[in-house]
Amino acid sequence: MRDFSYSRAASLEDARQAILQPGAFVLAGGTTLLDLAKCGVTEPETVVDISHLAGLDAITVDEEGVTIGAIARMSAVADHPGVQAAFPAISESLSLAASAQLRNMATIGGNLLQRTRCAYFRDPAAFPACNKRVPGSGCSAIGGVTRNHAVLGVSDKCIASYPGDLAVALVAFDAVVDLGARQVTVEDFFLPYGDAPEQETVLRPGEVILGVKIRASAAGMKSTYLKVRDRQSYEFAAASAAVGLEFEEDGVTVRDIRVALGGVASKPWRARSVEQALIGKPLEAETVAWAARLAMDGAVSYSDNLYKIELAPRVITRAILTVGGLA
Amino acid sequence: MTIMEPRKHGSASDGLVGGRLSRFEGRMKITGAATYALEYPVEGVAHAVLVQSTIAAGRVTSIDTSAALAAPGVLLVLTPEDELGLMTASDWYGNRPENQPYFPLPREVSYNGQSIAAVVAESRELAVEAAKLLRIAYDEAPRVADLYDPAAGKGKLMENLSAGWGDAEAALAASPVRIEAEYSTPREYHVAMEPHGLTARWDGDRLTVWEPSQWTHGMQRNYAEWFGLPLENVQIVSPFIGGGFGSKGVALAYGAVAAAAARKLGRPVRLALTRPQNFTSYGGRAATRQTIALGATEDGVLQAIVHRGFNETSTYADVPEQTGAATPILYKVENFSSQSRVVPVNVVSPGALRGPGKNPSAFGIECAIEELAYKIGMDPLELRLKNYADHDYQSGKPWSTRRLREALTEGADAFGWSKRSHAPRSMREGRTLIGWGIGCGTFPVLRAPSAAMIRILGNGRVEVVSGAIDMGQGTYTILAQTASEAFGVPVEQIDVVLGDSRLPGSAIAGGSMLAGSITGAVHKTAAAARDELIGLALNDPMSPFRDTGANTLTVSEGRISVPSGEGLSLDLAELMAALGREEIEVTRNTLPDDAQGLTDQNNAWSSMARVQGPTMGDYSMHSWCAHFAEVRVDEDFGTVRVSRMVSAFDCGRLYNPKMVESQWRGGIIMGIGQALFEEGHVDGRNGRTVNNNVGDYLVPTNADIPDLQVISVGVPDYEASALGGKGVGEVGIVGVAPAIANAVFHATGKRIRDLPLTLEKLI
Repeated sequence: MRDFSYSRAASLEDARQAILQPGAFVLAGGTTLLDLAKCGVTEPETVVDISHLAGLDAITVDEEGVTIGAIARMSAVADHPGVQAAFPAISESLSLAASAQLRNMATIGGNLLQRTRCAYFRDPAAFPACNKRVPGSGCSAIGGVTRNHAVLGVSDKCIASYPGDLAVALVAFDAVVDLGARQVTVEDFFLPYGDAPEQETVLRPGEVILGVKIRASAAGMKSTYLKVRDRQSYEFAAASAAVGLEFEEDGVTVRDIRVALGGVASKPWRARSVEQALIGKPLEAETVAWAARLAMDGAVSYSDNLYKIELAPRVITRAILTVGGLA
Repeated sequence: MTIMEPRKHGSASDGLVGGRLSRFEGRMKITGAATYALEYPVEGVAHAVLVQSTIAAGRVTSIDTSAALAAPGVLLVLTPEDELGLMTASDWYGNRPENQPYFPLPREVSYNGQSIAAVVAESRELAVEAAKLLRIAYDEAPRVADLYDPAAGKGKLMENLSAGWGDAEAALAASPVRIEAEYSTPREYHVAMEPHGLTARWDGDRLTVWEPSQWTHGMQRNYAEWFGLPLENVQIVSPFIGGGFGSKGVALAYGAVAAAAARKLGRPVRLALTRPQNFTSYGGRAATRQTIALGATEDGVLQAIVHRGFNETSTYADVPEQTGAATPILYKVENFSSQSRVVPVNVVSPGALRGPGKNPSAFGIECAIEELAYKIGMDPLELRLKNYADHDYQSGKPWSTRRLREALTEGADAFGWSKRSHAPRSMREGRTLIGWGIGCGTFPVLRAPSAAMIRILGNGRVEVVSGAIDMGQGTYTILAQTASEAFGVPVEQIDVVLGDSRLPGSAIAGGSMLAGSITGAVHKTAAAARDELIGLALNDPMSPFRDTGANTLTVSEGRISVPSGEGLSLDLAELMAALGREEIEVTRNTLPDDAQGLTDQNNAWSSMARVQGPTMGDYSMHSWCAHFAEVRVDEDFGTVRVSRMVSAFDCGRLYNPKMVESQWRGGIIMGIGQALFEEGHVDGRNGRTVNNNVGDYLVPTNADIPDLQVISVGVPDYEASALGGKGVGEVGIVGVAPAIANAVFHATGKRIRDLPLTLEKLI
């Protein structure tokens, strides 16, 4: 038996100190940590429980925007009327994720930090080579079954896909991760793979996610999260898009547009080239379909996942046309 | 085990055969009161975990166990070095090789995920951790990853599966219209909710095994032969099974490991497979490929069918997945040829998975027939009816009953098929393409001898006792209904005891042969028990009926009475009290008179030797069905949703329609999963199925399943079984995948011939 110690943090400061110990992990909802421990990827020495800390589960919605505490449950955020009004895409990204049971347990901070579903990452006994687990050991996925692997932001060190939905919606609306001493945009919080796929975020030792903040926007109010997959529930995205849109007063010309992608990239992927191509232009189906293809510039496929390069622009297009009232 | 009070529905006649009773044990299951094999409290139990190979082929050269043995709580480590003293057990048909040792942890590695070691510790957690400390060295050999590996070759021809009549090649060549295509299905898995596992306990030279089992007597024999024990020294306990689908019919290597460890340790051992180990410790449905060529006249009269099938098998057993099983009997055809080959690859030996053979076979022929329909511009329903088989062209025998025509026409009416627009891509709502398709299915009627015991107790209750099992299909309930009808006591007065190899032998719960076989035995036994009771009531000196002058008596609604209805009438408890009897026990079986010896009986209950196939009598006997599917395909994303299904079945008489409908729907749901999601992803480099968990190997969720309308068009078939039913468990899945694939073609104009119908094939 692998024993690990459990400690219940008395305060946030206490938690920060405790996780400085080697092998210490924050425990909130536990849905990712337990899963990774069971498949032998994570072997905690200590878990530091923060799930009871007062105030960390607050959800605040006002004219400034939305603030979500790190240990708010996915289901609570998805069902919050204020969130639904200010950012339909955020609510939808949560309710389309995981299963009802997981959504009732999993927290927002943990959701951001969920790790890839790459089968090679998750099977250390059969596939010792994984640069994410053991830097420098190689990538077992390259040359293997890659149907659900990323096509954007990959390197020859790692092609794993970021599995989450919420972070995709957050990236679209310039959400900020509150780390207490510093604030980092969600987009900058996640690192592209490059040479160090084991380094997935900018989180430093001793840092705890306190929550996320999203500034209110017209585009946020007119937003959607479109998730495409074979199974209708409880499956990760083959491709997904979070989209928000604001028209000029003419009701036709794009003043502001936000596009982010899930299921196709190593991190929650903001598609700025698509946004730039559409701002100032009238929203028309053909223009949108053309612009959506720009998101795939630089995409790299390992055959099984080639379809994602075709699929993702179609998902973007449908999502934009849906919020634009043209679908 | 005593079953809870049955719930009654509607009229009193509901309790008889044909009534819509709910499952007797349903409430126990949903409230957690039903104890499953791995939950039995067994004192002093130790916990075993399996360690499996991470290479596909080769040899274990060494296993360093020192660190594992030194780990806390570890009691035993078993490796290929350990002499377990086991002997090979008989095969399915009862044939046993002489003096052949059995190694459940073999040194030779034949597939990725083969068990090669086991660690036993005081707790499961200790065992899991210690298992990680084994240092295993291999001598790797070249592997054949799957059917598509360039090294796989063409395999071996299975001569016994070749079928033919007429001159198929010539008739095909002469046909004005021809189509030919290859259809394939991937490696598929059972994914029962309850994982495999067992608890084994020795008491001297007696072995008790708590293990989910579709066949307690078959597994009893497996264990007895492995360990060299008399049959009666082994007891298999399996009152509840959390899903089998063909995977729990025989004892498997892990069972031998757990029982051997228990013997070595002198204490009970529990072994539960992890979910990934459930993908490698027994075989799923083999991947298949088949080519089908159809020849027809321009107006759609079939002239010839040429079928060539391949399926993967392991390197150590030739297991056919008969892609030619449904091909010869669905349609009238004068010229037919079928051959099947097995292709050895490095995979665990494939097993039986719901609708074995018939399922992938129907995917081929039922897609091909619709391809022909579109080629000649004919409604696929009309083409099927035009080529309706009036008898079995393969055996030359008449059908016992075949209401496939009614299934097609009544199913079509319920579905609204006449409103169909023929051209592909001609039905849509916005970006959603809508399509309709048909898939027919069939499964043979198999019959096996069975035994049953009826006990009439002093308190007036009647027990039905059998070693048969109930894995959710309703054995408990229909046996109470059967005994109720044959004996004349209400179902509330009946207890059913099942799932234990000490009880009378029974057909396997597989091949859809249990219900038809065991109801026959119970009916016969219950009638004999009633007759015995009447005999005692008429003749026993202590019986109050002695003075009535009656020369016969009736048993009805739990009362035994003189026939006039106005004389003496007692309930069973009153009669038993008068007779001074605590218990009357009657056992009967359906073996022929010349096979009543103990050896014959044991052989009948524990092997397939006496199973009768569909054409062993004067008739050809099968269940039939026709599925009508509506799909909605997103034109941009390629996602397929099944939005509506109507399925019409001919399964003869239904012993309990509510449970039959539930089984049909279960089969259809599995068929939807097979059509849309299910596929083992094999890594070609090491033959490992990498999506070996329920997060990545997808089965349907509720959201994927529309309302499933099921219709019975059957009539009682007394050739098929004593009570007139034909099998219901397997046939439901057969034909679902082609119905959906055909609907997808109708929706999109794209013919996908390899399952599953995932989105990348349609964008």
